[in-house]
Amino acid sequence: MVPLAWYLILSAILFCLGVLGFLIKRNIITIFMSIELMLNAVNLTFVAFANYWNQHAVAVSDKIVPLSGQVFVFFVMVVAAAEAAVGLAIIIAVFRTRETLNVDRVNLLKL
Amino acid sequence: MTDTLHLWVIPLLPLAGAAINGLFGRRFNNAVVSAVALLSTAASFAYALWAITQALHMGLPYNRSVATWITAGSFSAPFGFYLDQLSIVMVLVVTGVGFLIHVYSVGYMAHEGGFYRFFAYLNLFMFFMLTLVLANNYLLMFVGWEGVGLASYLLIGFFFLKDSAADAGKKAFIVNRIGDFAFLIGMFLLIKHFGTLNFDGVFKAVSGMPVEAGWGLLTIIALCLMVGATGKSAQVPLYVWLPDAMEGPTPVSALIHAATMVTAGIYMIARSNAIFSRSPHALEVVAIIGCITAIFAATMGMAQTDIKRVLAYSTVSQLGYMFLACGVAAYSAGIFHLMTHAFFKALLFLGAGSVIHALGGEQDMRRMGGLWKKIPWTHAVMLTATLAIAGIPPFAGFFSKDEILGQVFSSPHGSKVLWVIGVITAGLTSFYMFRLYFMTFHGELRLGKVDIGEEAHATTAPAHAGHGAAAHSHGHGDDPAHGHGGVHESPWVMLGPLVVLAIGSIVAGWVGIPAFMHGSNNFGQFLAPVIKSGAPTSPTAMEHVSEAAGQPREEQPENPGEEWALASTSVVVALIGLLIAWYLYKKRPELPARITARMHGIYLTVLHKYYIDEGYGLLFVKPLLALSTVVFWRGVDQGIIDGLVNGAGSASKGIGGELRRMQSGNIRSYAAWVALGGAAVIAYMIWMGVGK
Repeated sequence: MVPLAWYLILSAILFCLGVLGFLIKRNIITIFMSIELMLNAVNLTFVAFANYWNQHAVAVSDKIVPLSGQVFVFFVMVVAAAEAAVGLAIIIAVFRTRETLNVDRVNLLKL
Repeated sequence: MTDTLHLWVIPLLPLAGAAINGLFGRRFNNAVVSAVALLSTAASFAYALWAITQALHMGLPYNRSVATWITAGSFSAPFGFYLDQLSIVMVLVVTGVGFLIHVYSVGYMAHEGGFYRFFAYLNLFMFFMLTLVLANNYLLMFVGWEGVGLASYLLIGFFFLKDSAADAGKKAFIVNRIGDFAFLIGMFLLIKHFGTLNFDGVFKAVSGMPVEAGWGLLTIIALCLMVGATGKSAQVPLYVWLPDAMEGPTPVSALIHAATMVTAGIYMIARSNAIFSRSPHALEVVAIIGCITAIFAATMGMAQTDIKRVLAYSTVSQLGYMFLACGVAAYSAGIFHLMTHAFFKALLFLGAGSVIHALGGEQDMRRMGGLWKKIPWTHAVMLTATLAIAGIPPFAGFFSKDEILGQVFSSPHGSKVLWVIGVITAGLTSFYMFRLYFMTFHGELRLGKVDIGEEAHATTAPAHAGHGAAAHSHGHGDDPAHGHGGVHESPWVMLGPLVVLAIGSIVAGWVGIPAFMHGSNNFGQFLAPVIKSGAPTSPTAMEHVSEAAGQPREEQPENPGEEWALASTSVVVALIGLLIAWYLYKKRPELPARITARMHGIYLTVLHKYYIDEGYGLLFVKPLLALSTVVFWRGVDQGIIDGLVNGAGSASKGIGGELRRMQSGNIRSYAAWVALGGAAVIAYMIWMGVGK
């Protein structure tokens, strides 16, 4: 049995990688991938906590639904998929007009 | 006989006229406007007559509150009306003379623009003036007091396109405000110490108080009221607005600035005689102010060349006499002079208006002359009025002025010095009035050929150029039938009131023929209840004031010989003034120029009205203007108030400008902010410990 903490540490590492990638990379597609990384890091914590609760649920409360953590992962995946669809569409639109994927060049809203 | 007299009808009738003319008059033609104005005034006069006869049967004073106006704790001020001998005199003067002046105005204003506006204002004035004299408490009186000030402002500035007229209106208003301020303080003191402003309440409370030897409460109240009166009645030091008020149409000068409104201060003092009689110091101040005003204004009147300004200064001077009378506790003499003055001064102004009308708007006496053949009626009535104001018996002014001078001489409050000044003033009055008369009606007509270039007069030339312009704005010059060429007598609608007033100027004095001339001084006896009820009655007071506090003259130990001497002195002085004027302006018209040339400095000083206006400008107006500009405008208004508003704006702009840097448009910086924020939240949660 792998302890809960290990999952959480892995998740934190993945999340931090995602944040760093978001901050450092300039290519918008890489940034997008970093976002997915962060989302999936969160998903990992959800699953880990859900499993943890399954084992200790009775001890804490009988009102906790055992699968709620896993269900949230699906929610996140659906939202991520929708977001990816919209995001990629925007990226394509931006690329068509600006002919670049560098986010530093896409700054027309700046004063 | 009805129980209640509905006195509120008297002021409300002119108000109705003012409302009709003011709201709808623009669409009426002149005939309808004048019908409305005249009918409302005439109805008011008639109703006043009826009410007075009823009231005389019912017994005076009649005091009835129609409705409650203000109630605050134990204090209340009603819409109440008060009719006693004093208000009877005032109401009759206001409505009677007012009606005559309305009639005159129909003719005088016929060629002016804003006919309906003029009559609406005039009726509005009547409303406020009647409210003033009929009110049964100081507060309602103050409403009328302020209201006549408003009407006066509107009418002085009637030719509002002319800067000088608009300025004169503002000046009148502002100077009056100074007096009103003191009046208000006096009222607050009355409320504080007596808890009421009703006349009967206040006077009842006062009647239990002894005469003040020093500077007590009553003295302070009396002085506050007096300052109010100096503003309204154009006394030193607040008289400066009245000569400028002559910018208004002439009937306005007659009605407001001679016959009625300016006497409001005298009325107020006479009404408050219970307070004044208990304060010898206040009386003394009133007498001195009146005396200074009388002689001061008379000397200024001697050098004026504008016919209306001469009359204005003479009004100030005569009001000084009334103040003097009140100041020696001879209130009935003051009111007597008020009444006779209303007749002959209204007549003088209207006559002057008739002269101005005849000459197509000319107001400078140096361009007049020899008019007596051309406008005989105007000449006759002007002569009557001049004789009346100069104090030549048996005209009205003689009796009232003699009454005042006699009281000043013999009253315990009076003094010989004041009497001497009063007599000198009578001589000066006679001189400048006959100067006006001879310059206007005798010699030869100097229209259009006057030596304005003369050195002494050169300084006033611009002012008179202004009057020349005024002539055109008066509209007479534009009218083909009223060209400058044809000097013509005024129409009968103007002459009728003049004749009635002339009769009044002759006979009005006969109601107060003093005892030593085998008269009965009916007027003094008529007013005696008002004044006696206010006279001090406590034993200590009796010793030195009761005699003076307005008991009719014949009740005092009199010396007929002394009275005769006093009366003949003033007549002789008046005749001397007449003779000097005749010699200088009729017999040897070239002399005045030589005299003024010799006494150049004095003449210029008098001509410039002792530089009082300039002095006030230097002492009060300029510093106030500087204070307002530097401190209140630039400092408080622009600095603090605008500064706060602008500061709030620029502060948020500055903060926004700094905060704007966060929104760089750089996605990664946004992400960094989010990450930092998240990290901060997590750090906080770890540090505080979650869920404990």
